[in-house]
Amino acid sequence: MAVAAVLLGLLALAVGLRLAGYDAGAALAALWRGSFGGWYAITSATLVRAVPLTVIGLGIALAFRAGAFNIGAEGQFYAGAIAATWIGLRVATLPPPLAVAATTAGAAVAGALWVGLPVLLRLRYGVTEVISTLVLNFVAEALVSLMVQGPLQEAQGIYPQSDMIAPAARLPLLPGTRLHAGLPIALVGAVGLWYLFTRTLWGFRLRAVGAGPRAARISGRIDAERVAAAALLGSGAIAGLAGGIEVTGVSYALFQNLSPGYGFTAIAVALLARLHPRGVVAAGVLFGALEAGAGAMQRDAGVPAVAVYLVEAVVILVAILAARGHRGGAEELA
Amino acid sequence: MTELIVLAGGFLAAAVRVATPLLLAATGETIAERAGVLNLGLEGMMLAGALAATLGATAGGPWAGVAAAVAAGMLLALLFAAVAVGARANQIIAGTAISLGAIGLTGMVYRQAYGVAGAGLDVPTLAALSVPVLSDIPLVGPGFFRQPAPTYMALAALPLVWWLLFRTRAGLALRATGESARLARAAGVRPRLVRTLATVAGGGFAGLAGATLVLAQVGTFAERMTAGRGYVAIAIVVLGRWHPVGVAVASLLFGAATALQYLFQTLGLEVPYQLFLMLPYALTLLALAGAVGRVRAPADLARD
Repeated sequence: MAVAAVLLGLLALAVGLRLAGYDAGAALAALWRGSFGGWYAITSATLVRAVPLTVIGLGIALAFRAGAFNIGAEGQFYAGAIAATWIGLRVATLPPPLAVAATTAGAAVAGALWVGLPVLLRLRYGVTEVISTLVLNFVAEALVSLMVQGPLQEAQGIYPQSDMIAPAARLPLLPGTRLHAGLPIALVGAVGLWYLFTRTLWGFRLRAVGAGPRAARISGRIDAERVAAAALLGSGAIAGLAGGIEVTGVSYALFQNLSPGYGFTAIAVALLARLHPRGVVAAGVLFGALEAGAGAMQRDAGVPAVAVYLVEAVVILVAILAARGHRGGAEELA
Repeated sequence: MTELIVLAGGFLAAAVRVATPLLLAATGETIAERAGVLNLGLEGMMLAGALAATLGATAGGPWAGVAAAVAAGMLLALLFAAVAVGARANQIIAGTAISLGAIGLTGMVYRQAYGVAGAGLDVPTLAALSVPVLSDIPLVGPGFFRQPAPTYMALAALPLVWWLLFRTRAGLALRATGESARLARAAGVRPRLVRTLATVAGGGFAGLAGATLVLAQVGTFAERMTAGRGYVAIAIVVLGRWHPVGVAVASLLFGAATALQYLFQTLGLEVPYQLFLMLPYALTLLALAGAVGRVRAPADLARD
C-alpha cells in the first residue's frame, strides 16, 4: 500500500507538471539528483531533513494510535526550539555531553508543556484536541517572533534571530557532511517506540483505546482518557525534542520559519507508515528526500519547490482511502 | 480630538479590512460545521480561490476573478467531501491533505502562468465603494461604508446564513445532521447529501475569501499567501460559538488584533505586538473551555 501511495503521488506530480506545461522528466531528474544523487545529497540534504520528519512522525504515530489527533506538532516543535535556544545560550561552561543533554531534554519538556493545555482542556472540559492544538501553532509562531525580537534577540539587536548557541550544546557532525547525531537519536526513538507498542502493557492499552472506546471497555478496565492524555503528552515531548535537535544539530540559532511545515508533513509521514515506527523511519527518509529534492527541482528545472506538497497530499489521501473499511478510532489508520 | 477620531477610524477600517476574508471563510465554515463537517481543507480552498481570482481577473476583469475563485473553492470542497463524507475517510486528515495539496498545486500553476517574475501588480482589482452619506460618518464611516465589495458581501451574507440555518426547514435538517447524523437519517434526512452540500457551500465562501485577499487587498498572488488564515477562520468559528453573529464579532476581534500592530507602528510605539496577536487565540482557547459564554460544538462534528 505504502509503495503504491508513493508511486501514485509521484505520478500525480508528473501528470500535474506535464499538464501545467513543465518538463516533467527534467524536474524528476532534478528531484532525484537533489535527494539521492550522491553522498553529500543523501547525508547533508535528505537525511538532515529526514531527522525532524522522522522524530515528529514518531510522536504523531504515538498520539494517533491512541485516537488523539495532535495537529499541533508544529507549535510543539517551536516550543522545543525556543527552550533549546534559551538553554543552549547558557551552557557554554558545561562539558559537551551534559550541555547537549540539558538542551534537548529542556526542549522535550517544553514540547510536553505546550501540549499540556490541550490535554488539560480535553480532560477537564472534553474539548477536542484537534482545534486546541491547531490554535496553539499560531501562538507558538507569535511567541518565536516575540522571542527573536525581544528576550532572545542577538546581541547587536539588529536581526530578528537569536545568537548562536554555545558550541558545547551542539550535536556532533558526521565529518565532511551536515548530518548530525540527531539521526541515531531518531533511530533509537523508533526502536523504543516499537518496543512500547508491541512489548508492553501500555502499548496494548494504547491500541485498545485507539480501536475505540468500546474496544477499550471490552479489553478490561482501561481509562481511555488517561491513556489518550499520556499519548498526547508523549507526542508533544517528542515534537519538542525534534525542535531541540533542529537547533542543536542544524540551525544553532532560533529564527522565524525555522520549520518549513515539518509538523504538518510529519502527519503524512506517520500515516504513510500506518503508524508503525519502522515505517515512520522509512517514510521520514522518503519525505526528507522529497523536501531535499524540491530545492534542486526549483533551481534546475524551474519547478516551484512547493510542488512536492502535491505528492504529500496524494500520499495522505491514498493512504486514508486504502485504510478505510476497517472502522473505528485510529485502527482505521493503522 | 479630531486627530484621535481619524486615528481610531483608520484603525477600525484596517480591522474590518483584515477581518473581511476571515469572516467570509468562517461564515462558510460555520455552515459546514453545523452540518457536522470540520473542514481543515479551508486553508487550501482559500488559497485555490486566491489563485483562481488572479487568473480570472487577468483574463476577464475582477468579477470574473470572483466567480472563478468561488468555483475553485467549491471544486476543491467537492473533492474534500468526496473523500471525507462520501468515502467516510477521517475528516481531519483529509482536510490537512487538501490544504497541503493546494499549496503545491497553486504554486505550480502560478509559476507556469506568470513565470518567475510573477503576476506583478497588473491584476485588475476591486476598488473601494463608498456608500453615500454613511461613509462620511466619523469613526465608523470609513470602516464599514468605504470598503471594497467583498466586505459588503460578507456583511450581507450574515443575515442570510442566519436565516437559512435557523429559520428554514433546510437549515433544521442541516443542524440536525450536525447533531446526530443517525437520528437525522431516521427523520428522513440524507446526511451525506446535506454534509456534501454544506461543505461545498463553505468551500465557495472560502474561495471568495481568497479572492478578497487578491482583488481587494494585496493586488496579486504569492505562494502560500493565505498564511494560515483558513485555520484562523476555524478558530473564529469556535470563538463565535457556531453562530453567524458571534462569528462576525470574533472575526472583527481577530482583525483588530492584527490592525493594532499597524496602529502601534503609526504611533511609533515600541509595544510587543505579538502579544496582541496571541490574544484572540487565547480567547478561543477560553471559549473552548466554556469560559466565554456557553459554547457547544455540534455533537456529531468530525464524526460519521
